[in-house]
Amino acid sequence: MPEAAATLRHEFLRHDKKFPHVWCPGCGNGIVMGSLLRAISGLGLEKDEIVLAAGIGCSGRLPTYVDFNTLHTTHGRSLTFATGIKLADPSLTVISVMGDGDSTAIGGNHFIHAARRNLDLTALIINNSIYGMTGGQYSPTTPFGSRSTTSVHGHIEQAFSIAELAVTAGAAYVARSTVYHAELLDKLIAGAIRKKGFAVVEVISNCHVQYGRRNKLGGAVEMIRSYKQNSIRVEKAASMKAEELEGKITIGVLADRELPVSTEEYEKVRQRARETK
Amino acid sequence: MYKTPSQRILLQGNEAIVHGALAAGCRFFAGYPITPASEISEMLSVELPRVNGTFIQMEDEIAGIGAAIGASLTGVKSMTASSGPGFSLMQENIGFACAAEVPVVIVNVMRGGPSTGLPTSPAQGDVQQARWGTHGDHPVIVLATSTVEDCFTVTVKAFNLSEKYRVPVILLSDEVVSHTREAVQLPAMDEIRIIDRITPSVPPEWYKPYENNNRGVPAMSAMGSGYRHHVTGLVHDERGYPTQNPLEIEMFIRRLHSKVTKGFGDIQVTTPLMMEGAEVAVIAYGSVARSARRAVIEARKQGVRAGLLQLTTLFPFPRRAVDKVMRHCKTLIVPEMNMGQISREVQRVNHHGCRVIKHNRVDGNFITPAEILKHLITA
Repeated sequence: MPEAAATLRHEFLRHDKKFPHVWCPGCGNGIVMGSLLRAISGLGLEKDEIVLAAGIGCSGRLPTYVDFNTLHTTHGRSLTFATGIKLADPSLTVISVMGDGDSTAIGGNHFIHAARRNLDLTALIINNSIYGMTGGQYSPTTPFGSRSTTSVHGHIEQAFSIAELAVTAGAAYVARSTVYHAELLDKLIAGAIRKKGFAVVEVISNCHVQYGRRNKLGGAVEMIRSYKQNSIRVEKAASMKAEELEGKITIGVLADRELPVSTEEYEKVRQRARETK
Repeated sequence: MYKTPSQRILLQGNEAIVHGALAAGCRFFAGYPITPASEISEMLSVELPRVNGTFIQMEDEIAGIGAAIGASLTGVKSMTASSGPGFSLMQENIGFACAAEVPVVIVNVMRGGPSTGLPTSPAQGDVQQARWGTHGDHPVIVLATSTVEDCFTVTVKAFNLSEKYRVPVILLSDEVVSHTREAVQLPAMDEIRIIDRITPSVPPEWYKPYENNNRGVPAMSAMGSGYRHHVTGLVHDERGYPTQNPLEIEMFIRRLHSKVTKGFGDIQVTTPLMMEGAEVAVIAYGSVARSARRAVIEARKQGVRAGLLQLTTLFPFPRRAVDKVMRHCKTLIVPEMNMGQISREVQRVNHHGCRVIKHNRVDGNFITPAEILKHLITA
């Protein structure tokens, strides 16, 4: 509904920030931002109790536009700042938005440890398979054979599967969507924020300007249409063979488990410490 | 709640740093193990939960300082501790703390360098790095400890300065000071002056997180306290939003530096010993200052008009105190366990044509009083 969207914009976008935003026309980041705001609005959280941290990149520019406690950190390190924030003040809802390079290249180590630690944080990873802000260099999720400014003759490395990486690293909640499946994304982000523990939502997004253009994938419309055509629900994919899933994007909740949450465990440590001399 | 031990107690330098931090109100530590700083982590892992604080061992030093900065943004006094290799890793995030003006104390227990160096031997080779380690024009305060008692009081001072000027403070210890055990009587809590960051006194609608006020230090709100704003490492305007406007950029860079310059009198901490009537002076810091004290006392006994200016503050370089010494001491001796990192500062402010004698020991061993005394006698 247009009124609902206008209300959302009025409530959550900063009134004193210099718009227009820096993103290209058709960038999927806008859909992710809308989804995040719809999820937060639906959960009825207070703006004051939300911290939105980000790293560096196009995804890193998201927090500056929204009216929460926002933090734009160094490249790859937003989860480490988020860890300090959450431990020092567990009453805050801490969300970290990152790109594929920010979270799995320079931030890879922090990503797997944050997952292992199971701190009550939400990681929202916008995966557009490229370093967009810096002009189109390859990232850990750029597919084999792709063209980028640093792989003009075709990329020779394999790509990470971010959600699967999060599952293996021990995250309590792991989900994936694409920017085509915006309604699903709203639900997954809400589920991730509600989840007590480390929650990861990976969003496949389009960078048609840096990645799509160089790989003849079309513009925003063509790329988003391809997400619609190539996505398969996790439940359906479970009964399919590996060859059938080649090149497909599995969407939905990949993992949702109960594990001890560090902030709660640490309270027990404090109790034990106070009891000892 | 935390209270300093009431009796004289045998403490290791690193333990005294921990007591200083707790007394100053530090309630968050994030770090990574490294010789010779690990005792700080170990002791804080036990003491912080006791006073309702938080300790976490992170996956590397970059994560350690990242978490400490994050915690500080929620209003909690935070710290990290490491040695050379870890200190090198932290530089980018130290720069973030400078740019976003987040109070944080970084302890660097110096050991032999460069690289893996000499993990269990003392050195003072990180002095210039502490000043310039992170890129770009930035202010930073660097303090040095030389005794176990010092480890307590200078740590308190480090937190106070960090809170007052909203700047990262680097506390340089070294392997000797940190691993020395001495009997010390720590001051009682009501004798210790604690400074907290100033929080906003205006309603959120009027709050400018990076305001160019008369002190040059903006009031700092804690995340979650009702003052929602943006914190970034990008050069930003008074509201915290990134800017490319030349006037706003210049105002930001200059205010960042002038806030520290304005506080020079407060920040410059030096201790003279026997400087009355001195003709030759030793300028020393860290553990070397102890050897220098003994050398000066011995020299005076032998009739040499020697004095010592001990530097607790290394940066901003205490040029006023050094200038005063240079007016009547025409020979200065600067003993250090490095290739001359403070002597070059002394030379820089030498407008009196004084002779500056460097005594540089870089063999992983401690500078003895005898080495310094030799210079005082032959000077």
